[in-house]
Amino acid sequence: MFKRLSPPEATNEAVVTFHFDEQTVTARLGDTVAAALLTSGISICRSTPVSNAPRAPYCMMGVCFECLVEVDGNPNVQACQVEVRDGMHVHTQQGARRLTS
Amino acid sequence: MITHDLVILGTGPAGMAAATTALEYGITPVVIDEQPAAGGQIYRALESTPVRDRRILGEDYWSGESLIKGLKDPQIDYRPATTVWQLTRQREIGLLHDDKAEMICARHIILATGAMERPMPIPGWTLPGVMTAGSGQILLKSAGAVPQAPVVLAGCGPLLLLLATQYLRAGVEIAAILDTTPRNRYRAALKHTPGALRNASTLLKGVGLLRELRRAGVRHIKGVSALRAEGSGQLERVLWKQQGDDNWQTLETPTLLLHQGVIPNTQITRAVDCHHEWDEQQLSWRPRLDEWLSTDIPGIAVAGDGGGIVGAKAAAMQGQLAGLGAALALDKLTLANSTERAQPIRKALARDTAIRPFLDVLYRPAKQWRLPDDDTLACRCEEVTGGEIRRMAEMGCRGPNQTKSFTRCGMGPCQGRMCGITVSELLADANQQSVEETGYYRLRPPFKPITLGQLAKAAEEG
Amino acid sequence: MSRRVVVVGAGFHGCSAALRLSNQGYEVTVIDKAYAGRHASGVNAGGVRRLGRHPAEIPLAIAAWERWQNMTSIVGDDCGFRPVGQIKVAENNNDMAILNERERQVQNLGYHHEKLINRDELRKRLPALAGHCPGGLACDGDGFANPYRTVTAWRREAERQGACFREGIEITDIEPKGNGWRLSGGEEHFDADLLVNCAGAWSGELCKWLGEPVPLTAEAPMLMITERLSPFLGTVVGATSRPLSFKQFENGTVLIGGGVCGVVDIARHVAETRLGGLAENADTVVSLFPFMKEARIMRTWAGVEAVMQDHIPVIGLSSQHDNVIHAFGFSAHGYQLGPITGEIVADLAMEREPKLPITPFSIQRFQTPCPE
Repeated sequence: MFKRLSPPEATNEAVVTFHFDEQTVTARLGDTVAAALLTSGISICRSTPVSNAPRAPYCMMGVCFECLVEVDGNPNVQACQVEVRDGMHVHTQQGARRLTS
Repeated sequence: MITHDLVILGTGPAGMAAATTALEYGITPVVIDEQPAAGGQIYRALESTPVRDRRILGEDYWSGESLIKGLKDPQIDYRPATTVWQLTRQREIGLLHDDKAEMICARHIILATGAMERPMPIPGWTLPGVMTAGSGQILLKSAGAVPQAPVVLAGCGPLLLLLATQYLRAGVEIAAILDTTPRNRYRAALKHTPGALRNASTLLKGVGLLRELRRAGVRHIKGVSALRAEGSGQLERVLWKQQGDDNWQTLETPTLLLHQGVIPNTQITRAVDCHHEWDEQQLSWRPRLDEWLSTDIPGIAVAGDGGGIVGAKAAAMQGQLAGLGAALALDKLTLANSTERAQPIRKALARDTAIRPFLDVLYRPAKQWRLPDDDTLACRCEEVTGGEIRRMAEMGCRGPNQTKSFTRCGMGPCQGRMCGITVSELLADANQQSVEETGYYRLRPPFKPITLGQLAKAAEEG
Repeated sequence: MSRRVVVVGAGFHGCSAALRLSNQGYEVTVIDKAYAGRHASGVNAGGVRRLGRHPAEIPLAIAAWERWQNMTSIVGDDCGFRPVGQIKVAENNNDMAILNERERQVQNLGYHHEKLINRDELRKRLPALAGHCPGGLACDGDGFANPYRTVTAWRREAERQGACFREGIEITDIEPKGNGWRLSGGEEHFDADLLVNCAGAWSGELCKWLGEPVPLTAEAPMLMITERLSPFLGTVVGATSRPLSFKQFENGTVLIGGGVCGVVDIARHVAETRLGGLAENADTVVSLFPFMKEARIMRTWAGVEAVMQDHIPVIGLSSQHDNVIHAFGFSAHGYQLGPITGEIVADLAMEREPKLPITPFSIQRFQTPCPE
């Protein structure tokens, strides 16, 4: 679990609001989705398609692919590689993906 | 498809220095960056970091400002947030930006794709709450985020100590540093001090970090010989043993940051099938490079840590060298001219990297930290354990491409990035053959997973 | 009667030959320039298919299919064989007419394993398929298996029977010696009374040395595999007039292949994938299963295959030497036939009439008759 050295509100930095599953999350403009989740008390972003084990961001630099989430309907997005946008919808990924026509 | 003179992948020190050097010789490069802003991992978020107290991240971090300024030259075609999903030996590059795929071609390519942290496959390393020291530092630089509760740092290497001091300066509580450097390593490293002294400033910085931690009274547990992360669904505690003590010791913590050095990220050089060799001193694969840092594929060069770990300063020097190499390859400089200009760079490079043998020996991770035990995951994506890989070896699998077919090890979303080196070393150990003989995954495009829809569209435009 | 046999090539066919010859008491050495299953045998799409075979291959494919049913009793492993059936889908009425004609042709030959199915039946079997397909040709009992696992199982069984495998040795010279042959690779020499050519894409070179050149090209059919997806498909799906082979494994990943080729770099012994060609495949997949456009491709690869001009293999005795047997050129659909190759080779080695009709596969078909 991570906290900010200084909350964005306190430093006059631009703030964005996005949705994570059922939650509304506030983040600093310029944050990656992964950073925004970790600083909002969200520590798990998916479960594996193999054993359903919970996983969370691990390397934060695009190598490990642990932080896969669904962003605005796009599955398998690396949360550590995408910046948050106002109104973004982020969802956890549970197990193998179900594709529908 | 548009053909550019020079395409550079990556904007760490090597990529940025290569771009500005090339520009000096009349080459206008295209610079591709997967990140949203220049700087690579070392100078990450330098222009946007909320950590404005310069003391926290330290002067080495802020020294990246001039390189980033150089990259801003309007003649440089800088493309942030762009993913490379293909590179062919004919130097065609597949790009993905904003979900749109595109193909470009280059006469010369400099890969400056840097390093990644060496995997540290301990029991429980996939639990949420276990991350890498690198990721802790990225969170600090890019989001000003630090662990909420007392954090445990474990492993070895300069980055681990640097992060500890940065946390210290930022007022973050460190529960403990669990140092896995074997005790006899200090003596072994001693004989490399004459070399290290040629780069005394780096050596002194290291000593300074240690002193800073000691003065602050950070609990620094040395000679850690075993480590495990535990918790149900999430990290709750870290357990360790110290050399000479058979008892497990425990610390409750929600955050464990692991680190045991960095290794070249060879995903792209592997995928184009450059010749690679196993570097026994650095315990990692690296592409074979010539004096201009060119690979064995015409027109493809590698600068910086991607060609073997050299550190940020040396990476920038290699960037300059590769920039000169590009000027030579593109007929902007004669061989005599480029050689002359390269000479002082090569000299500085030799001086700066003289400390490497010392660091490589001191922080060489012991076998138990590189070869996961039978019950520990080697491949995080497909959840394949060390034991399964050993069983495959018994069945006759000599290399990682064979175990892949049986276990899917290396075939998950990370495409073998996280388990590649571990599996090579596990199989080499189990088959009692060299890592070189064992080999590595045969990698193929896409370098990052793309959808069938994107692929179909890319071909239309290519 | 122990005679020394050298098998060149440790693909599925080479391992199959080694197993059956060792069984018969021959002293077998298998030589491979890389390792067992490195190319076509180990990295193909894994289709176990009688459906759509060349008429000459049908009896062999049916015999092989019986072996696939008993794989465990032959090599101690089921090789991942799953008899989930295969369906060649018609994308339009023209395709339907082609499939109709095919069914008639096969039945006229006296075989009944391929059956035309209508739109409703197709929908029942492939609920995820796009609605526009009017029908298909189904072959129940066909399916898929795991290629590399298969080669490994056959190789291990051959070793248990006494065959010796020498990997990483590239044969660079063959010369007659006594009544047999001396093969050289690097510093090593191998003497053989009987030579078996199972060298796949590299067989052409051997044939040239043996004085019977063949029209063989090395091709590299490309494959791609997706992330793990929720199950939506049991049967293996092919298309009628476009190259496609499409299947979902139990682990959820979807394998897409079917013949679009990459680039073979014979000097480097590798095949490169061409994303452009794969895009063609992607297009076909998306038109049959529209939701697949969202599926992520994790990996692409290509194996090097020997493709004959007439797209059927060479199986049989050499036309020039009575101590050489060929089994190569399976033209990208040899995997299913692997289990019976060894039996045929063993029959030929023992100078018995093979139980299966192999005349159409004679190497002599490429030799222009001498003008009288």
